[in-house]
Amino acid sequence: MSLNARTLNEEEFFYGHKACAGCGGSLAVRIALKVLGERSIAVLPAGCMSAVGFNFPQLCFGNNAIISTFAGTASMLTGIEAGLRARGETNYHAVGFAGDGGTADIGIQALSGAIDRNDDILYICYDNEAYMNTGIQKSSLTPFGARTTTTPAGKNIRGNLRPKKNMFEIVAAHGIPYAATASIGYLNDFIAKVEKASKIRGTKYIHIIAPCPTGWGIATDETVEVARQVVDCGLWYLAEYENGNFTLTHQPKQLADPADYLKRQARFRHLTEEDIELIRQSRDLKWEQIRKNYKNIQEEKQP
Amino acid sequence: MAKKFLSGDEAFAEGVRLARPQVISAYPITPQTIVVEKLSEMVEDGSLKSEFIHVESEHSALSCAMGASSVGARAFTATSSQGLLYMAECLTYASGGRFPILMMNANRSTALPWNIYGDQRDSISLLDSGWIQAYAENAQEALDLALLGYYIAEKKEVSTPYMANLDGFVLTHTYEVVDVPTREQADAFLPPFETDNRLDLEHPRNLGFSAGPDYNTQFKMKEHAGLLKVREVVAEAEDRFAAIFGRQYTGLTESYRTEDADYILVTLGSIAGLVRETVDALRANGKKVGLLRLRYLRPFPNQEIASAAANTKALAVLEKDISFGNEGTVYTNVVSALHKAGIAIPTANYVGGLGGKNISAEDIRQIFEDLSQGQQGLHFVGTGGEAD
Repeated sequence: MSLNARTLNEEEFFYGHKACAGCGGSLAVRIALKVLGERSIAVLPAGCMSAVGFNFPQLCFGNNAIISTFAGTASMLTGIEAGLRARGETNYHAVGFAGDGGTADIGIQALSGAIDRNDDILYICYDNEAYMNTGIQKSSLTPFGARTTTTPAGKNIRGNLRPKKNMFEIVAAHGIPYAATASIGYLNDFIAKVEKASKIRGTKYIHIIAPCPTGWGIATDETVEVARQVVDCGLWYLAEYENGNFTLTHQPKQLADPADYLKRQARFRHLTEEDIELIRQSRDLKWEQIRKNYKNIQEEKQP
Repeated sequence: MAKKFLSGDEAFAEGVRLARPQVISAYPITPQTIVVEKLSEMVEDGSLKSEFIHVESEHSALSCAMGASSVGARAFTATSSQGLLYMAECLTYASGGRFPILMMNANRSTALPWNIYGDQRDSISLLDSGWIQAYAENAQEALDLALLGYYIAEKKEVSTPYMANLDGFVLTHTYEVVDVPTREQADAFLPPFETDNRLDLEHPRNLGFSAGPDYNTQFKMKEHAGLLKVREVVAEAEDRFAAIFGRQYTGLTESYRTEDADYILVTLGSIAGLVRETVDALRANGKKVGLLRLRYLRPFPNQEIASAAANTKALAVLEKDISFGNEGTVYTNVVSALHKAGIAIPTANYVGGLGGKNISAEDIRQIFEDLSQGQQGLHFVGTGGEAD
């Protein structure tokens, strides 16, 4: 039987850290480790999750864990996995937790190398859409229009001008054994994907949207709701890549208007109606591609 | 033991094979490339049982080696020049994490201007990275440093990564007759890697953590203490090595005819061979000169320098390095050693061999001649280009 929020391990492996109230990233790490269990070795680069969890002598991981260099999540995972194998160990998971900057910017080279070698590691990107640990600076996964401290919204420029890079499809283009997107707003979907990934040999990649109340400008009790809303309005989607195929694991019946999602967040509050219309159009364009290129899991289930 | 005709790179690879690293991660760069090619062949033909990781950069090479070392696996990497600088972030990381990785560095000039030939500015610019730094004089010593390096680095009281430096081309690509130890000898010398400083599936722990102002100094003091332990561990390792292999090394330095020398030339790496010959030639003409070869730059041989220079009239340092805006860094360190020992003699600094420029026997004779004339200050050797 596959795991869900009810049957999940009650043991805590990421506990007593000092993440901000309502932190989406820490929920992703906590849940993933509950699925993977105590024989996990976690690698975390410089970033929020290492900053909140590894302050000697207060070390908060109940499983083995180590901070890597900022760019070195994937390469350190490779070494850990190879070292354990060389020592004759079996039945373990080498898992990385890196933010959007650590994954899509400075860490993309090492990640690409690990996928190319098909190293037996699980790489989880918790995407809060900016460099939050250093105080909300733009990364290549910051969405169009978002205000960050390095893309201020003023009279001349209204926040970040570039669209969010599609790391999921970039990773899939390597021909990786398994890749998935997820959201902390759809935890059972995430849990199922982590569990599935844990049983596949070779490189696995899961990209989970994890809102940051501090950086997004939402209340600390809105994290999960906002993480559902981004999926429901189609600005994020839940999917898998396996054996060369893309599959939607969640098909919203009808996409909600992104305006509601955008307007509740301080980082988008400056957007004009034209800006929001641009976001709608780019969402619709993406969904045209998705309908064309992705299988729908519901369709698959039909006889 | 078998005699083989090997280049420095090939000899080092033989030493690595005998040391049985469990994980090798490396990225090719001239003039290191032959080492990783040879190791790949050894993995392919089964003479080396090791996970060979084809990393996509030097940064990943050392990051991967740290991952392997953090779970208690013996790890090896090799690099040179720009590659060493590219992985520089990982150097302080590995030493702070107390991961006893062995790395071979083929000493090569650093850009700009681009240059693939040998000088020592790459490794010397990273003296403060917390690594043990050894410099081989010849291919035999290169091979032996691979075995000695692991033995010294992995000693519990040291737990510090080890950089074995070979002069680019002059050493890495030059063939010499080398004694290659047997598998039995190597195994008798080098025990398997054992460490408590590792991620352990049975006893989970957190490594590579942050330490704020309250604890940081204590960690750095321990790191420093680990490096200072190297002197006595080198002595113990070399005696053990001599008992098994029949070759005795001489600790952090090697003195040659310094006992009664009026003038001593301090240097490191492959140029020491020519200096030794020149010392013999000058001695034959009645000049009381000597050579002090620095086998290690970290830990720095302060005591050995002071005792070698105790009765000398003047001393010069010849190095393939310069710290722009000051002087050669080896010279800075040597002068500090003399000062601390209260030895107030004239000293001079000769910077040569940059970008692979040849240093001739005549250059070395001239240095000794200058010293006897009271020469001091900084001087470049080999400034003549084709135009002169």
